[in-house]
Amino acid sequence: MKKILFALATTAAVLGFSAAASAQEKVKVCFVYVGSKTDGGWTQAHDIGRLELEKAFGDKIETQFLENVPEGPDAERAIERLARSGCGLIFTTSFGFMDATVKIAAKFPDVKFEHATGYKTAPNLATYNSRFYEGRYIQGQIAAKMSQKGVAGYIASFPIPEVVMGINSFVTGARTINPDFKIKVVWANTWFDPGKEADAAKALIDQGVDILTQHTDTTAPMQVAAERGIKAFGQASDMIKAGPKTQLTAIVDTWGAYYIKRTQAFIDGKWETTSSWDGLKDGILTMAPYTNMPDDVKAMAEATEAKIRSGELKPFTGPLKKQDGSEWLKAGESADDGTLLGMNFYVEGVDDKLPK
Amino acid sequence: MGIFEAILLTVITAATPLVLAAVGELVTERSGVLNLGVEGMMVMGAACAFVATQMTGSPYVGILAGIASGALFSLLFGFLTLTLVANQVATGLALTILGLGVSGMIGEAYVGQSGIKLSQIVFPVLSDIPFLGSLLFKQDLIFYLSIAVVAGVHFFLFRSRAGLKLRSVGDNHASAHALGINVIRMRYLAVMFGGACAGLAGAQLSLVYTPQWVENMSAGRGWIALALVVFASWRPWRVVAGGYLFGAVSISQLHAQAFGIGIPSQFLSALPYLATIFVLILISHNRRTTLINTPASLGKPFVPDR
Amino acid sequence: MRIELEKRPNVSKLFSILSPVIALVLTMIFGGVMFLLLGKNPVTALYSFFIEPLMEVWSLHELAIKAAPLILIGAGLSVCYRSNNWNIGAEGQFIMGAIAGSILPVVFHEWHSPLVLPLMLLLGMLGGALFAGLPAFLKAHLNTNEILTSLMLVYVAQLFLDWLVRGPWRNPGGLNFPETRTFDPVAILPEMIASGRTNWGFGFAILAAIVIWFMMRYTLKGFEITVLGQSERAGRFAGFSSRKMIWFSMLLSGALAGLAGISEVSGAIQQLRPVISPGYGFTAIIVAFLGRLNPLGIVLAGLVLALTYLGGEAAQLSLGVSDKVTRVFQGLLLFFVLSCDTLIHYKIKLVWSNLTGTATEGAH
Repeated sequence: MKKILFALATTAAVLGFSAAASAQEKVKVCFVYVGSKTDGGWTQAHDIGRLELEKAFGDKIETQFLENVPEGPDAERAIERLARSGCGLIFTTSFGFMDATVKIAAKFPDVKFEHATGYKTAPNLATYNSRFYEGRYIQGQIAAKMSQKGVAGYIASFPIPEVVMGINSFVTGARTINPDFKIKVVWANTWFDPGKEADAAKALIDQGVDILTQHTDTTAPMQVAAERGIKAFGQASDMIKAGPKTQLTAIVDTWGAYYIKRTQAFIDGKWETTSSWDGLKDGILTMAPYTNMPDDVKAMAEATEAKIRSGELKPFTGPLKKQDGSEWLKAGESADDGTLLGMNFYVEGVDDKLPK
Repeated sequence: MGIFEAILLTVITAATPLVLAAVGELVTERSGVLNLGVEGMMVMGAACAFVATQMTGSPYVGILAGIASGALFSLLFGFLTLTLVANQVATGLALTILGLGVSGMIGEAYVGQSGIKLSQIVFPVLSDIPFLGSLLFKQDLIFYLSIAVVAGVHFFLFRSRAGLKLRSVGDNHASAHALGINVIRMRYLAVMFGGACAGLAGAQLSLVYTPQWVENMSAGRGWIALALVVFASWRPWRVVAGGYLFGAVSISQLHAQAFGIGIPSQFLSALPYLATIFVLILISHNRRTTLINTPASLGKPFVPDR
Repeated sequence: MRIELEKRPNVSKLFSILSPVIALVLTMIFGGVMFLLLGKNPVTALYSFFIEPLMEVWSLHELAIKAAPLILIGAGLSVCYRSNNWNIGAEGQFIMGAIAGSILPVVFHEWHSPLVLPLMLLLGMLGGALFAGLPAFLKAHLNTNEILTSLMLVYVAQLFLDWLVRGPWRNPGGLNFPETRTFDPVAILPEMIASGRTNWGFGFAILAAIVIWFMMRYTLKGFEITVLGQSERAGRFAGFSSRKMIWFSMLLSGALAGLAGISEVSGAIQQLRPVISPGYGFTAIIVAFLGRLNPLGIVLAGLVLALTYLGGEAAQLSLGVSDKVTRVFQGLLLFFVLSCDTLIHYKIKLVWSNLTGTATEGAH
């Protein structure tokens, strides 16, 4: 009897060991990029996240990526190729990959998918996004303190909720400091064209704004601001090199934190479908050092950041009016995520007509 | 500085690369060769100029690198279309694909670096003239070069013997050949000049317009330059007019937005293209003047009979 | 050293078959050296580019999907180019075709009928043709250069699509993101073969290529196109109107580009979005010339070019090279194919004299 027990125990140990060994097999985490991994903006931020992921897990995982993948059927093919090549977890990092990801996720139920900035989920498809607007609120407050004319320029890419939300958050923040603060918006209709972004920056500065912020990806507007001697905010990455005396702060996309969290869950077998919309407190975005500003402004910015982190402050909290003067949020009322994710109206103080 | 002056300064910066690339292509086309690879040569020039500047610390070396890379890259096109008489349209398009790839490889390590902006050359006294002074006499070398190149090309084409030969090659290569002109050599030189100008235009992008390198930074300007040549009906000074008009329309649509007029930005963005078509219709209405200026052998391959 | 060309008395049958093979071998040698210099295994690289995408059924389907628009547009363009009409705005016609065809599933999405799909395809062709009709009209009646107008109109079409999907046609249930509602099943182009995703767009492409090939080879229209393309004067003497030919070739190529557009949208994307083409209209110009303006050659050229896209992705994964490297490789292939085609019409001679030191030498 003892012998049998012993045999069973050894067998169990052996089995357990082999199970552990197969778990040791490398997990493949894959990424689909819409741009080039060295674009200095959106895609590079994701790639930095990928590298952090590699660093965090070392030999335990392997990462792969496809870059410059056009949206549409090409994306479908790219995602399918990754799913077939043994990737266990696939991150698709552009809104335009949404339907392609949905289709391939349905085809490969054993592979887990994560789609950035979208809203469609499935049992094996999660979504993730970052509350960039939290950073824009802080920027707005800084702008209102730093601007002498009370007008900031905003270089926007495309009128999607994400960008509109950023504009509104910026204005809302600014108006807590200076209730008459205004912004001028120029739609560059591009995410990525240094020349056009520079032109937009010049146009705004020539029209009298003395603070510049951008929701496009190259450092060109920062360079123009530096040249013209006004202050500006960076986007997606720390752009301090492009304007050592110009950048006040920047919203830095730090996806690495999320990628590490989700990969860990995947390895532990605890991966679940989620729609996560993380903010400053989760480390998915960070503020570049507050520079080129007086100490009191810096202190204010840090205090605001701390309040947002702790959840004490929610940027979209009433009383807030829409651009046409009608009431949006009552005093003390905070906007719900649904409204924010589909935002297609301006708040009061935006000197622009929203492209419809 | 008044706002009008400020707008004009922005327009000049935006128009200079268009003018440069277009006037180079104009010479190429006047010799009877259609090189659709302007975008590729331009982006090569931008990458090489930036990398050379970062390596040496001198944007003037960068300018030379831009010019040289554009000219060398165009040789590839010349070899295929002139020596091997491959189809010019297809080769030009392939040149653009290759240029985008190669420039991406060359510049990959330099993405995100802040470049050195080409400094202004200020003409004493002249630059003090109100309004015109800052527009025309307080600019960078590439701007002055762009004007000089246009003036030079105009003189060359219509006042010099060599220019007459070049035009005759473009108008009727068979009879030019019969007159003893080396058609192929003439075309090689014209293609290389076009490449050099596109390379210089690229250098303007990465040294003046936005002193940095990002992949695909020419963002379609090479195609606009191509359109400008036809728009200018192959006359150098009209390239300047067209380039500045195009620049003016695209910059003023940004200003119109900043003023807050409520027209969808897509319509404003489409304006420069529609304006180009409109002006083209006006000038091409007169069949006679168009025919005089159009190089009759454009795009047709030439193989000397031996 | 100098290179001289000597015209062959007849088109070389041997080299019309051999030249692509030579080009392929040259590409493999040069590409192999490039990969070697980058520290990658050239055999793996070449395998990824040319063989791997052909080894699996799903990948073959993807190849067909990628090639379909290239072939369809390229076949139409061949008629244009053969008749000396330089339509380089197929990209715009592709987009306008897609927009016109999408009127039914987007605006009249409640109309479910078996008629929807055929009408969409017709509208798509109509939209593409009408948009190509603009430069045709300007050229035929106002003498305006069609290269420029057709190119400029591409930008107009792109911006128009952008405005539509961000504005009036935006999906009301899509959280204000820039895309239309997804098409209902009645508006979706069905799959052609049961084993994968290939839709009827590929069928249309092959069909169009065959029809145009037949037209060019066996009909009077084909003769007219060739004559007018070679010499407008000669065409006039034969009683052909170059003005009518402008209209014919532009409308035909526009209609096919439009058909490609609506097939892509209805078959592969299944909704409109701000960007629906990664430059198919421009790549198709290369395809047309790689196929030597012969519709059957264009089928082959479209498949080869599509293969390099798929192969490029495979190489990114198997070698870890950036997609720039794959672009360069693609460019190399195009250059070799284009230059080797010279052998069909010419003998290439190397002349070892230095009498006329032409600039040719710089290119070696």
